[in-house]
Amino acid sequence: MFNKDRWKEIIEVLSTNVFRTLATAFGVGWGIFILIILLAAGKGLENGIRADFGDIATNTMFMWSRNTTKPYKGLPKGRNYRFKLEDVTAINDRVPGLRFISPRNQLGGFGGGNNVIRGLNAGAFNVYGDYPEIIRQEPMTITSGRFVNQNDINNNRKVAVIGEGVKNELYDKGEDILGSYIRIQGVNFMVVGSYKKKSNNGDGEEGQKEIFVPFTAFSQAFNMGNDVGWMAITANDGNSITSLKESIVNVVKENRKIHPDDERAVGYFDLYEQFNRVESLFGALQWVAYFVGVLVLLSGIIGVSNIMLIVIKERTKEIGIRRALGEDPWSIKKQILMESIFLTIISGMAGIIFGASFIYGINAILDSVGPVDMFVNPSVSLNVVVVALIILIVSGLLAGFIPAQSAIKVRPIEALRTE
Amino acid sequence: MIEIKDLHKSYKMGSNSLHVLKGINFSVEEGELVAIMGSSGSGKSTLLNILGMLDELDEGSYTLDNVPIKDLNETKAAQYRNKFLGFIFQSFNLINYKSALENVALPLYYQRVGRKERQEKALKYLEQVGLKEWATHLPSELSGGQKQRVAIARAMAAEPKVLLADEPTGALDSTTSYEVMDLIQKINDAGNTILVVTHEEDIAQMCKRIVHLKDGVIVEDKKVKQVRASEYV
Repeated sequence: MFNKDRWKEIIEVLSTNVFRTLATAFGVGWGIFILIILLAAGKGLENGIRADFGDIATNTMFMWSRNTTKPYKGLPKGRNYRFKLEDVTAINDRVPGLRFISPRNQLGGFGGGNNVIRGLNAGAFNVYGDYPEIIRQEPMTITSGRFVNQNDINNNRKVAVIGEGVKNELYDKGEDILGSYIRIQGVNFMVVGSYKKKSNNGDGEEGQKEIFVPFTAFSQAFNMGNDVGWMAITANDGNSITSLKESIVNVVKENRKIHPDDERAVGYFDLYEQFNRVESLFGALQWVAYFVGVLVLLSGIIGVSNIMLIVIKERTKEIGIRRALGEDPWSIKKQILMESIFLTIISGMAGIIFGASFIYGINAILDSVGPVDMFVNPSVSLNVVVVALIILIVSGLLAGFIPAQSAIKVRPIEALRTE
Repeated sequence: MIEIKDLHKSYKMGSNSLHVLKGINFSVEEGELVAIMGSSGSGKSTLLNILGMLDELDEGSYTLDNVPIKDLNETKAAQYRNKFLGFIFQSFNLINYKSALENVALPLYYQRVGRKERQEKALKYLEQVGLKEWATHLPSELSGGQKQRVAIARAMAAEPKVLLADEPTGALDSTTSYEVMDLIQKINDAGNTILVVTHEEDIAQMCKRIVHLKDGVIVEDKKVKQVRASEYV
């Protein structure tokens, strides 16, 4: 393979008709270029959507109570019930493989009236009663002070962590928020920290206008008893929440005396399932990219095969002479295969380089115009390049195979007679 | 050196077949210079192709240097051609994008002779045919006679047992023809066995033995007194 004469000959043959070689090479380069661009675009979309998910623990479900739809144990249908704190303990005891179970309560909501007052300022915000774990399930960056901790829970401390949006509405610029008090529905809470949410999807602004207080203080202050509004449940990395949700819902149904077949009494949203659906979309996108790219590449390969056939035809006499001089037919076959592979790899590499610089250019433009919705950092990994190279080598072999076969099929005597 | 017994060859042309060689018996000793003569269609080229292992025989036997030549696959045939035979063609058949030196070195390349040794040997043979100064020239830069001399050097390079020349002077004017024949005679003088296919009487007279073919059989096989080509040059 590393034979100087053989390589010299390959170069000689390919450079006899430079324009033809370039045109053929363009076919292959173009195919690989399209493949790279498609894969990079898919990756860009994937990156964009992943950025929207942010660091949210995706192996999570949310569960809330609704009205029962079936009578059970003497209780009528259409009954309104609430989750209780003991349900949290029961789930924790009876369903293995869970990482966090965060009971949550909530005040206010989108479009609600003003419920928070500080001095002369007032605003309408979502107020959550939460456990400290929620920051792991719904990641946020603490910009000052601290988040709710276990001591706050144990001592029913009336403290609050406010969003950057709340801070902007209730405080003057540069004002020190730590240690100040805000009044939530008539109850004073001391501000101990502020946060900023990482996830920046459509409701990004809403996400910064939330107030977190300890779950226990919330229950006490707003007369919740041990009611739980809803729960955020995250499974361990080894288990998917999708496979555990059935048993979680069953525990709640049993505790709350709900008919086991009552499908609508417990509402839930499986984030993991949604996330997986998006994941499989990325997978499908990648397949489409490979499919289209390889098909485009195929036409380039057919071009190479065609040119090789023409080259063989032109060189029939020469091949005849070589065989008369005693060249092994295998050597001729090898020569043609190597020419074909060499041509495909070189032109493919050119396509890869061109594609990569194109992506580089797009990235530079994206950087300069700022973030674009659902499209971040289109790129191809080294894996893709390796896969592309393997595709090229295989297709070069395929492209050269038929011409090589036809070259050694011609008998030397017939080849010599050709003028 | 060459031993042919009861050789038959026919070609299929569509539905009917053409019986070209009809029982040839023929042998050549080492160091002979044989002319094979005949009008076109007499079967002389077919005979040469079979001798050159470029074509297969239908019936009979062919022994070359005590090696029976039969049932060869292409790889084996290529090896034998390389080891036993040197070809000189009417249309020279040089590879036109390779220099004279590279052309001469080609059979050695197929013998897997190292690059340096190959170059040295090829240059030596080019010198023998008087074209050392033309080593780096492409065939397109050479005259017809020079091309044929390069081809002869190439045929000699692998040091074959037999040289087969198919109308070596067919494309040349008479002066160059005699030059080429002079070269062939000198090579023969050095002890090489050479077969020349020709239809020119004067060329045949420059060999030591003339075999006449007609309609696929040998009609005459006689030794002649060699005319030295150098007398005409």
